[in-house]
Amino acid sequence: MSATHDADPGALLAGQVGRLLAARCDAATLAAIERGEWPGPLWDALEELGLPLALVPEAMGGAGLGWQAAGRVFVALGRHGAPVPMGETMLAAALLAAVGIAPPAGPLSLTANGGERVPWGRHVRHVACCDGETVALCDAAGVTWTPGANLAGEPRDSASPGGVVLRVAPLPERLGGEAAASGLALLRACQMAGALAAALDLAVDYAGTRRQFGRPIGRFQAIQQQLAVFAGEAAAAQVAAERACRAVDRHGLAAAAFEIGCAKIVAGEAAGTGAAIAHQVFGAIGFTAEHPLHHLTRRLWSWREEAGTERYWAARLGREVQALGGAMLWPFLTARDDQDPIP
Amino acid sequence: MPGLRFDLRDAPPGSAALRREVRAFLAEHGRGWTPEVRGRSWMGFDRAFSRAVGARGWIGMTWPRRYGGGERSALERHVVLEEMLAAGAPVGAHWIGDRQSGPLLLRYGTEAQRMRLLPAIARGEAAFCIGLSEPDAGSDLAGLRTRAERVPGGWRLNGRKVWTSFAHLCDWMIALARTAPAGEGEPRHAGLSQFLVDLRLSGIAIRPIRELTGEEGFAEVTFDNVLLPEDALIGREGAGWAQATAELALERSGPERVLSSYPLLAAAVEVAADPVPLGRLVARLATLRAMSLSVAGMLEEGRTPAVEAALVKDLGGAFEQAVPERLRDLLDVADAPEELRRLHACVTQVAPTFSLRGGTREILRGIIARGLGLR
Ligand SMILES: Cc1cc2nc3c(=O)[nH]c(=O)nc-3n(C[C@H](O)[C@H](O)[C@H](O)COP(=O)(O)OP(=O)(O)OC[C@H]3O[C@@H](n4cnc5c(N)ncnc54)[C@H](O)[C@@H]3O)c2cc1C
Repeated sequence: MSATHDADPGALLAGQVGRLLAARCDAATLAAIERGEWPGPLWDALEELGLPLALVPEAMGGAGLGWQAAGRVFVALGRHGAPVPMGETMLAAALLAAVGIAPPAGPLSLTANGGERVPWGRHVRHVACCDGETVALCDAAGVTWTPGANLAGEPRDSASPGGVVLRVAPLPERLGGEAAASGLALLRACQMAGALAAALDLAVDYAGTRRQFGRPIGRFQAIQQQLAVFAGEAAAAQVAAERACRAVDRHGLAAAAFEIGCAKIVAGEAAGTGAAIAHQVFGAIGFTAEHPLHHLTRRLWSWREEAGTERYWAARLGREVQALGGAMLWPFLTARDDQDPIP
Repeated sequence: MPGLRFDLRDAPPGSAALRREVRAFLAEHGRGWTPEVRGRSWMGFDRAFSRAVGARGWIGMTWPRRYGGGERSALERHVVLEEMLAAGAPVGAHWIGDRQSGPLLLRYGTEAQRMRLLPAIARGEAAFCIGLSEPDAGSDLAGLRTRAERVPGGWRLNGRKVWTSFAHLCDWMIALARTAPAGEGEPRHAGLSQFLVDLRLSGIAIRPIRELTGEEGFAEVTFDNVLLPEDALIGREGAGWAQATAELALERSGPERVLSSYPLLAAAVEVAADPVPLGRLVARLATLRAMSLSVAGMLEEGRTPAVEAALVKDLGGAFEQAVPERLRDLLDVADAPEELRRLHACVTQVAPTFSLRGGTREILRGIIARGLGLR
């Protein structure tokens, strides 16, 4: 709520993260990661803000922040395309802590079943592996990684079988068997909301300065109407992501799958629409490797494919709704939100 | 985005119980509603139903008690509206009075105007219509030509309003008219004023206009030397534009800009052959509901979220229009059960209005673009 916005620890932390990334996460840093270079100083600076343990309870040495607060950080990471697995580290630490395993220091990643490509695998020290029943803390250093990348050039690596498992614990019900997959979907939805906001800002700014036919292109109604559509999509993605974070705070990851799915779908749709409009507004310059726009748009195109596409989540949601039946859809939708406010 | 935020709101305390009450009421009154009634929803006019809603205290819910209101919160009102729309209730006879005419009188009206009209609106007895559009003034509303001249004891009204929803069935119109020419160098919207027009006055001719659906949902209203009493003026002479603009923020921000085709979506759930388009629509809907509630919260705080309201109406209207189109991916409409086919036919026909009335899509996007600093 706006009245409490300033006092919100998530907003404060996200503000710090945003300022740090604005200063440190430039085009050169973003290009370096695509050549396989690890941005150590950037990671260290973010780590110093205490991000890795943000979602870990205070009793286990963390900051004990909620998911809404973490969501703001995820959005800030997405806004700058931060080329480090900080969101993944926060998620992995949260899952490990939730099963009573003290999260180790250094960058972490997580995987739902080990079969898929692990975000940032070759750069992390440990991976939280969730197989539906347990969370295992795996040593990433002892694994042979086959490097891969998503279309934004972010590391997505495959592990050879037979890594070293350091500890295992059963997954509690509140997290659910899909904890890693849901957490990653939430992270990507939040990141997309951030990247959309940043791309919109860039495009609006450019429309105000680029001149053709004697005036800024933003004075042409065709451009204005496109940017208005973009603004609508970006706002929807943001609201959907925040709503999903709130649902996780209230019901736990497992029971928030509906809102997480909604967020991934809405953000994924917005990513397609928003990226297309941004490129249209920028013309040829936006298609160059030199211009920073692609660091955002290629991430948008990547993140909508990861952790469940719109189609994947829509099929799930659609089947869930069909199982309820048409008459129960409205009571279901309203009951999801009609919670007495958490004090 | 500078200044464009949609903070999440919590549903008001007790909303689950309130929803149950409204649902029970709707289950009882809605038994006989045909697909055509449910498909039109707030484009349907049923005085008996509106009186029943008024008797339950669900009109003017937020107004002070001395004017027949319930002194409840804007968010509780939002809950009731959502329930009405989800059921496709024919709320048109009280919708305008509850949504904008009543609040306008509350804000700018005299004590006598309020005492006379607000309790009647709240009982579901006084039906209002919106007299803005004219034959030559649609999107470009400031170009309107209806004029009111001062005469001894009141005002003389001449001109023509058009597309006025339910004018032929209503008791009152709030009309925007020119009371002074815009002076040299002044913007065109100077010199406009709002009037309370008793539609029974002599000199008023109301001609219903048949829609493409075959229904008569709107009308043309002609004023030929209509004599309005002194106290027909609402608010300040010459302040009509600012007052009407505030009214438009209310007109644009409600859940009827998201839920107009909800009954159709619900009816298709079981027969849908493909869950994917269904899931996409539901994800949009859940998000739009949160955005609409967010705008209601801003209004409750006394802010005027004109850009946010325009944005939700634009996105919401696009969603409402997508429902009958996407449905055609969900199932073979031609083979659907009769009830669903009729509902689909009804919503398909009224869907074009979702991006026209209350400000067209292009006008809304212009407002958003201004909010982005592009104009
Ligand atoms: C079912 C229904 C009920 C209505 N009820 C009421 C009512 O109760 N009271 C009332 O006062 N009015 C009512 N209206 C009228 C409604 O407000 C107008 O239709 C609306 O304001 C548009 O005006 P117009 O129809 O004259 O279209 P126009 O303004 O002529 O617009 C036609 C097209 O041109 C576009 N256009 C116009 N100007 C611009 C511009 N500057 N830039 C880009 N594109 C532009 C529009 O977006 C639209 O696509 C109703 C309309 C409908 C359909």
